[in-house]
Amino acid sequence: MILAILEIVKGSLTETSLETVTAARDLAQKSNDSVAALLMGKGVSTLAPTLKGIHTVLVAEDPHLEGYLPDALAEIAAYAIRQKSPKIALAPGTETGNDLMARVAARLNLGLATNCVEFSVEGGSLKRVTRLNWGGSLLEEVEIFSSPILLTLAPHALAAQSADGATPTVETLSLTLTEKALRVRMKELIPTEKKGISLTDAKIVIGGGRGMGSAEAFKMLEELASLLHNAAVGATRVATNNNWRPHSDQIGQTGAQIAPDLYIACGISGAIQHMVGCKNSKKILAINKDPEAPIFQRADYGVIGDLHQVVPALIAELKKLKGA
Amino acid sequence: MKVLVCVKRVPDTGGGFKLTADGMRVDTTNLGFTVSPHEECAIEEAIRIIEKHGGSSTVLTLGPQAAQEQLREAIAKGITSAILLEAEDYEFWDPAATAQAIAETVKSLGFDILLFGNESADTCNYQVGLRVAHLLDLPCVTGIKALEIQNNTAIAKRETKDGWEVYEVPLPAVFTVREGINTPRHPSLRGIMSAKKVPIEQKKVTKPASQIVRKALKKPQEGRQLEILGQGVDAVPKIVEKLREVGAI
Repeated sequence: MILAILEIVKGSLTETSLETVTAARDLAQKSNDSVAALLMGKGVSTLAPTLKGIHTVLVAEDPHLEGYLPDALAEIAAYAIRQKSPKIALAPGTETGNDLMARVAARLNLGLATNCVEFSVEGGSLKRVTRLNWGGSLLEEVEIFSSPILLTLAPHALAAQSADGATPTVETLSLTLTEKALRVRMKELIPTEKKGISLTDAKIVIGGGRGMGSAEAFKMLEELASLLHNAAVGATRVATNNNWRPHSDQIGQTGAQIAPDLYIACGISGAIQHMVGCKNSKKILAINKDPEAPIFQRADYGVIGDLHQVVPALIAELKKLKGA
Repeated sequence: MKVLVCVKRVPDTGGGFKLTADGMRVDTTNLGFTVSPHEECAIEEAIRIIEKHGGSSTVLTLGPQAAQEQLREAIAKGITSAILLEAEDYEFWDPAATAQAIAETVKSLGFDILLFGNESADTCNYQVGLRVAHLLDLPCVTGIKALEIQNNTAIAKRETKDGWEVYEVPLPAVFTVREGINTPRHPSLRGIMSAKKVPIEQKKVTKPASQIVRKALKKPQEGRQLEILGQGVDAVPKIVEKLREVGAI
């Protein structure tokens, strides 16, 4: 059995969960095995019939399961793995998925390979997996010696595919959750105010790095953004660590991962930490006065020049065009 | 209040990677070292907790002798003491083994708060803090961006797309920290000088059999072709053209 442990947000399976199902089906097909999925939460059994191409759906609907309860979910997933002894159990490599599987792996005293992107199946069994290191700027091939094999799948490592097939059999898991499993529980959710276009939603992102030199200088990036459709301003770790911008504006391995149509990098050298956050941009335009800056090796368009001259000139030109 | 913060020595990579000839490691010949960004914030958080509530803080790493550099930098910033679990082969320890060694060392030391980074910058395993919490039978909240201590309770917040999730856990507890929880300070010159004299507690540790074993590192393919649009302000018309192509104007 290959067991897919799925995430449900606001009553629906997430995109990364559907990707996980796709990977589980693929692994099962290559190793001539069956596929099962685990659904945990209040009222989740209604989702079971939507999971085509899966043999069994395990359902745990404890009434306590409201809000994020990582230890409770880990207790259930560990129980399912003990009961069913799958060859492989995998979950989405999201923040919550990695958190959950680490708790499961600790409980079962098993290894866990997080954020996998490739699987190498030989002679019907999974030999090696490739996982992300350095936020994806390096790949690591690993062999897993513990069994069952526990994995998480890096988000968008593959595209979710629908499958045909009979509606799966539903099996209810019943276990009583201990008090301890409920000790980490979300008390409340304080909604954040949405202001402007978020970095992850913007079609154009303008980023500023060390070359900006001050918080003041970011005003011209704001002005440039205001002249473009659907644009937002971001920053590098250097800029946020210098308090030129709030950390919420950071693009990078420890900040936002963006995927705009165009990323305009101003005064950014192209550190690995930053490039991990913008590598999914369709096009990258770099403005930097140092022609040797590493960013030029990872950009589509390059402007060799001082951003403090280029950006104001660009703003003036755009204003002229708007006026015309 | 006794606070522990665990860190990992990682290369300060800058703009690119070179791999060693055997493809098993990042070539660090010309690189400096640091701790992962999340952990820099964990160090800062530990210092702030002690400044506010009193007590002591300890920084711990499992790494080579050279990692004394990272421990002393933490002391220079304001951490009280340091523990080095010495393992020259630290890059090849898997998260379960690392967590086991940390848990065995700290279990009798009576820490109220144990801080980790959410994930290390290099191997991004997302596991050590949670595994230590499990081994010590302590509650753990991961990825926190705010922490407040009231009496013997911690109020931790995680930032999600929908807002701030608030958790309340009794101490002792484990937290894994995300960058953004604070802005780390720089060490003072006086701090750097006095950190040189602080004795570091050392213990050699031996790597147990690994469950996850690295076979190779490789670089992903990068498929961008650079087109130079021009020098300085002369490039403006071409930038405008590219902005038009993507529908930005």
